[in-house]
Amino acid sequence: MRNTQDTQSIFELSKPGRRAARLPECDVPECSLRELLPAKMVADAPPALPELSEPAIVRHFVNLSTLNMSVDTHFYPLGSCTMKYNPKRNERAAAMPGFADLHPYQPEDTLQGMLQMLYEMQETLQEISGLDACSLQPAAGAHGELTALLVAAAYFRDIGEVRTKVLVPDNAHGTNPASAAMAGFESVTVKTTVDGFVDLSDLAAKLDDQVAVFMITNPSTLGLFEPNMRTVADEVHAHGGLIYLDGANMNAILGITRPGDWSPGKGGADMQHYNPHKTFSGPHGGGGPGAGPICVTKKLAPYLPVPVVVREARVARREALENDVKDNNSRPAPHDSQLFRYSLDFDQPKTIGRVRAFFGNVGVLLRAYAYIRTHGPDGLRRVSENAVLNANYLLSRVAHFLPVPQGRRCMHEFVASASQLKRDKNIAAMDIAKRLLDYGYHAPTVYFPLTVPEAMMIEPTESESKETLDAFTEVLFRITEEDADLLHDAPHTTAVSRPDEVRAARQPVLTYSAE
Amino acid sequence: MNPEQLLFAKTHEWIAVAEEDGTKIATLGLSAFAIEALTDLVYIDLPAVGRKVEAEQPFCEVESVKAVSDIYAPVEGEVIAVNDALPNALETLGDDPYDAGWIAKIKITDEAGLNNLLDHAAYQKQCNEEAH
Amino acid sequence: MPYLYNTPEDQQAMLEAIGVESMDELFDPIPAELQLDRPLDLPPAMSEMELDKHLSTLAAKNRHAGQVVCFLGGGCYDHFVPAVVDAVASRSEFYTSYTPYQAEASQGNLQVVFEYQSMISRLSGMDVSNASLYDGASAAAEAVLMAITATRRHGKIVVAGSVHPEYRTTIATYLENLETDLVTVDTPGGVIDPDLLAAAIDDTTAAVVLQQPNFFGCLEDGHRVAQIAKDAGALLITAFDPISLGILARPGDYGTNIAVAEGHSLGTPMSYGGPFLGIMACDQNLVRRMPGRIAGHTVDRHGNPCYVLTMQTREQHIRREKATSNVCTNQGLFALRATVYLAQLGPQGLRETANLCLQKSLYAAEQLVAHDRFSLAFEAPTFKEFVIRDAENDVEGLLKTAQQNGILAGVPLGQWYPELADCFLVAVTEKRTKDEIDSLVSSLTNSSTPVHAPV
Repeated sequence: MRNTQDTQSIFELSKPGRRAARLPECDVPECSLRELLPAKMVADAPPALPELSEPAIVRHFVNLSTLNMSVDTHFYPLGSCTMKYNPKRNERAAAMPGFADLHPYQPEDTLQGMLQMLYEMQETLQEISGLDACSLQPAAGAHGELTALLVAAAYFRDIGEVRTKVLVPDNAHGTNPASAAMAGFESVTVKTTVDGFVDLSDLAAKLDDQVAVFMITNPSTLGLFEPNMRTVADEVHAHGGLIYLDGANMNAILGITRPGDWSPGKGGADMQHYNPHKTFSGPHGGGGPGAGPICVTKKLAPYLPVPVVVREARVARREALENDVKDNNSRPAPHDSQLFRYSLDFDQPKTIGRVRAFFGNVGVLLRAYAYIRTHGPDGLRRVSENAVLNANYLLSRVAHFLPVPQGRRCMHEFVASASQLKRDKNIAAMDIAKRLLDYGYHAPTVYFPLTVPEAMMIEPTESESKETLDAFTEVLFRITEEDADLLHDAPHTTAVSRPDEVRAARQPVLTYSAE
Repeated sequence: MNPEQLLFAKTHEWIAVAEEDGTKIATLGLSAFAIEALTDLVYIDLPAVGRKVEAEQPFCEVESVKAVSDIYAPVEGEVIAVNDALPNALETLGDDPYDAGWIAKIKITDEAGLNNLLDHAAYQKQCNEEAH
Repeated sequence: MPYLYNTPEDQQAMLEAIGVESMDELFDPIPAELQLDRPLDLPPAMSEMELDKHLSTLAAKNRHAGQVVCFLGGGCYDHFVPAVVDAVASRSEFYTSYTPYQAEASQGNLQVVFEYQSMISRLSGMDVSNASLYDGASAAAEAVLMAITATRRHGKIVVAGSVHPEYRTTIATYLENLETDLVTVDTPGGVIDPDLLAAAIDDTTAAVVLQQPNFFGCLEDGHRVAQIAKDAGALLITAFDPISLGILARPGDYGTNIAVAEGHSLGTPMSYGGPFLGIMACDQNLVRRMPGRIAGHTVDRHGNPCYVLTMQTREQHIRREKATSNVCTNQGLFALRATVYLAQLGPQGLRETANLCLQKSLYAAEQLVAHDRFSLAFEAPTFKEFVIRDAENDVEGLLKTAQQNGILAGVPLGQWYPELADCFLVAVTEKRTKDEIDSLVSSLTNSSTPVHAPV
């Protein structure tokens, strides 16, 4: 039951002299700090952290948690974020000490299970994308974009071509142009048509031998599959450019179509990232961690960050067979670790280097691995089918009262527009979003993509039932019938309502102070 | 200043040109129409004094909560003064756009850009079109 | 399928409502020639029991820190994680929520981020903190980009050779396709030589990058380095160790402009190096150049205090190619863990933890160098790590022997510093006991029988 008392700042709960943690006595001969360190390197006093008891800490944070909506407590149709169920078995697996308590510089012979999992993950992601090589290193989707663009830059440098531009459709995520700029490219916007597809004539006008990469999100941010994907790929390739697939929306196409096959006979996408925290159910963690592994074609593989995981066949096969007796889980599997030795390969002379310390966000990748192994090939296809089924069902029910400008059908999500309501009743997308909170639903993504006025981007995911979708539809309809004034002040039932963002941005208060 | 006596850029800056000791100085701000359209400004990033600016190129920014707008220099020149009071009193931009709400003074090194500016009537016409 | 809830009847009803005959028809918008005409070549599905067994088997093929004695460091440490941290972070209202786009539905996360920013600011002695970045190395690279735009100096970045080699590689990768050069100042003495540093800096230098304590565990003269940077008009970026700040002078105390850190040691397990927590804090006047999310305090329409994401115009979803970074989300769950950890330790707990690291690591170093075979590679004072030189130049053999005795004794340095091929880095956290340290010493000096099971 929700604690309705005001949730104070943790600093206000602090009282000098209160303590939670008790450290062990020092069991080695102790010297005074003054003897050990030069005075100017020592702080006068420890940092002014709050001083609390352990029960107070627990109560504080547990009560804060109840102020959040979450996938475990609410329907969370936040478009583009794929807020699907986060399986508990994955959490348990990731917490196993055999995964969680490993040091990245341990000798490889003490990491064979971890390296096997990572190797299989590389292979799996390659198979799903139809691409040839994989780096698990990037820490998030945007980080994967940056990494792939740096790979592209290294490739063009290596083959002696000067290419300075990256093309990005106008309905792309902001991360695309931002990644292009960070990687040292000029970001050039390509228009989309009223139907939400790449404007081929604008693409043709902007394609030249300066274009390094065309970044495309497919299915797009409007939840539509690009019908001219093959033409787009062929045109870009004809000019010597590369296709980057922003894999944000992979949840729609697992086992149905592979980016690497999008130009049959000639390849397709040359690079892509995954968002395992979306597509493969890693929890979103209130904003992270995620991961952003990338897959690329063979010609780009030499430029990937190091290290990658490689495996070699063990020589002593008999020893492996003997060990098999101990490993009583020996289902016949294609990657039997008793037959192979896994290691990290740093020997890639053309690598771009690294984009972070250590190997990657393996905790997130492990959850994704567990998710993929739980589903198998058929199950992954079912995931996408049901994600698309749910989205289309919701679309078919919502479109009567909340128009969906682009398309009668969709893939895994769709973008409705409140512009008619705004004109007729002065009800904006934001008002609907806020009012949904009162009814116990998280809001869709609003005001994105920018190409749709009063946009409401709705992604139900496959892990919601028909009943949930029906109930959500009814509430959404009821809201559109409600009084505009009621909506302008919504939400009415949450702990706070309509924070003053202008004040927050004008005179930013970013840290606690006692005044 | 009376807005009817000012010049305006298509990008919504107003400009007053005066001559001091033989050099022409442009004082610049944002039109009342622009301030209204931007809604709830939260931040202005003033240029450094001494910064060289080019005609029709952005040289500083104003921000609302969820948008950023460039402010363009109307002429080539050098920033010789900025309104330091603005960042802590952004409401001035809306309250008094044509006097206390001035943003920067530019010493003009090439007057060519002045030819592209609109008079008040022409600017009003543009605003009316944009409002629809 | 375990996580699908629509029955076949539901599916049929939904297909009818949509107006299609079959699931396949839903995919008609994908040209047939682009559709995969075979199942994915992946292993078959597993039940929960089978999965559990499979993953347990994989996990059992690793040797974890509970089974060995871990003296490995180099940016990832075997620090203690209090149970409170796990308990709070396993609240699914925290871990199954997302970036607080709707402030009213995310006050818990937003307040946590605000408290995190406040604690990081106090810990580091800096004015402001963001809501966190990916990890320490990418935070250092982001700080470098931030310094370049803030100073408008595109010439070069000067980094000390004593900064973590993987951080330096990361920075180099981020700069590879930009005009700015990365210049490394060698640190043969284990710490920065002020004269060498001063000689490397010029008026095109945007920033100097320092690590404190540095990769070798040695303490740099932060004041001196800051002064050199400041004199040249460059910013100082300091990569700090959060635990060390229970004792050591804070980056803000000696003139750091942008402080970054690997924050996993604040309550997140080693996890084979990720996911981790990138900490970034900076001077007030740089805050609008900062990458990533930032939470701020405000009031709602009733005047109640509350929190929102603020200064969003810095970010990619608004400013696109002109954004301060492409970073989208933060490491929310680990920022939460760090906040709980710092609250649990409090000022005294953090000081005691730091002191235990310091005292035990010095004891370990003393015990090792009492043997003729070993010496400290560098003279500078150290905090919780130190570099041991092996007079017999057999680091590989030594570490292997220790491993057979159940001890991961250190990180060999030759892979990054060829001139230190006879050296290894030893880290001693508050978790190591005197007995464990003594057995480290005895296993490296072959003077006793193994006390721990082989690794």
